[in-house]
Amino acid sequence: MAKHHVSTTINGEPTEFLCEPQLTLLDVLRDELRLTGSKEGCSSGDCGACSVTVDGRLVCSCLMLAVEAEGKSIETVEGMAHGHDLHPLQQKFLEHAALQCGFCTPGVLVAAKALLDRNPNPTETETRYWLAGNLCRCTGYDKIVRAVLDAAAEMRGQARA
Amino acid sequence: MPTLAYTAPSTVEEAVRALAGASGLAKVLSGGTDLLVQLRSGRTKPSLIVDTKKIPGIFGIREENGGFVIGAATPGAVIGECAALARAWPGVVEAANLIGSTQVQGRASLAGNLCNASPAADSVPALIAARATCTIVGSKGERAAPVESIATGPGRTSLAPDEFIIAFHLPKRPAHAADAYLRFIPRTEMDIAVVGAAVNVTLDAAGVCTDARVVLGAVAPTAVLVPDAAAALIGRKLDETALAGLDKAARAACKPINDKRGTIEYRTKVAGVMARRAAAIAFQRAGER
Repeated sequence: MAKHHVSTTINGEPTEFLCEPQLTLLDVLRDELRLTGSKEGCSSGDCGACSVTVDGRLVCSCLMLAVEAEGKSIETVEGMAHGHDLHPLQQKFLEHAALQCGFCTPGVLVAAKALLDRNPNPTETETRYWLAGNLCRCTGYDKIVRAVLDAAAEMRGQARA
Repeated sequence: MPTLAYTAPSTVEEAVRALAGASGLAKVLSGGTDLLVQLRSGRTKPSLIVDTKKIPGIFGIREENGGFVIGAATPGAVIGECAALARAWPGVVEAANLIGSTQVQGRASLAGNLCNASPAADSVPALIAARATCTIVGSKGERAAPVESIATGPGRTSLAPDEFIIAFHLPKRPAHAADAYLRFIPRTEMDIAVVGAAVNVTLDAAGVCTDARVVLGAVAPTAVLVPDAAAALIGRKLDETALAGLDKAARAACKPINDKRGTIEYRTKVAGVMARRAAAIAFQRAGER
């Protein structure tokens, strides 16, 4: 089977890989590039555990062929922290205990960051709708939503009451 | 699994040549939110995937002759961010934006929603109500076709194997014209329509309907254009006579199936209700402009 050579950028790093055409971006991220933060939940675009951004646009990496990454800029959960400095969303998820098993967390973090990148002051309703494609079977979502709103407030330079 | 090949041509000619020359099944890829699920499940086993997204003009929205041209592979998120389009065609935009999650909106396209040919596709009733046409390219050249001529049954289209859609065209709007799309699902997000209803109306200065298109989704093998439902609105303001006639004509046009989302009786009843509510929104929007 002919492999395709793909040149892409992942978390700011120019990256090249070889892949068979049927592999998804998620397959290559996890199995080839060993970026195992993105999770495989459903493989049908329903659960959001594999969320990444492609040229700033939030997508399910299980619903994109790896060959389509050619020339694109991809951000995964591994790109959120700077060294030991967590992204405010990651810090707030810890403070609010907004996770239990943690399987959905990377996807939720990437999706929440995509929300705050375009809307620094979302309402609770906007946050819940934005994250409707990220399923969590543990938390009941309340702590996740509170952590996202608290992170948004901190990133705007406001302490939340 | 048979050997799968992938190509991402940068011209229409190359893409058509690849489709026409495929030895086995060739699938056209736009956003892939249906195709990748079908690939993974084994429901489709193509020998070739032709990714159309590098073809100029297939991505993005532009105004032309007072109307709009939407590239076939433009994702829902981009459609939702186009303020001029949302002002002119709020029903088309709200229908496109109902498809899937934020993540799915990042990729899912109008061409994919139409050519996947699900009876419950959300954007299709709204496009038909809008009198949208598509530009189709193939070995025999380019042709235009109304959106309602594409889907012929669940999972089936009228496109030849070497054809694909490159753009959708929405016509120029007269004054006091607007559209609306509503779907019924038993939750607030992330579900497939039990019934969908699109209504597109033009009013005169007094609020009397001079033109209408009513289209139902998920109540037949394809989206259904219901001329009798439009006739119930034309020549009237939005009074109970108009709404009752619309409701009755909508119910009469239903040929639904029984499935886990709803029974035949339930879908038929809800189709009338959705048509009424979508009409009320379309009339209100049209009256405000």
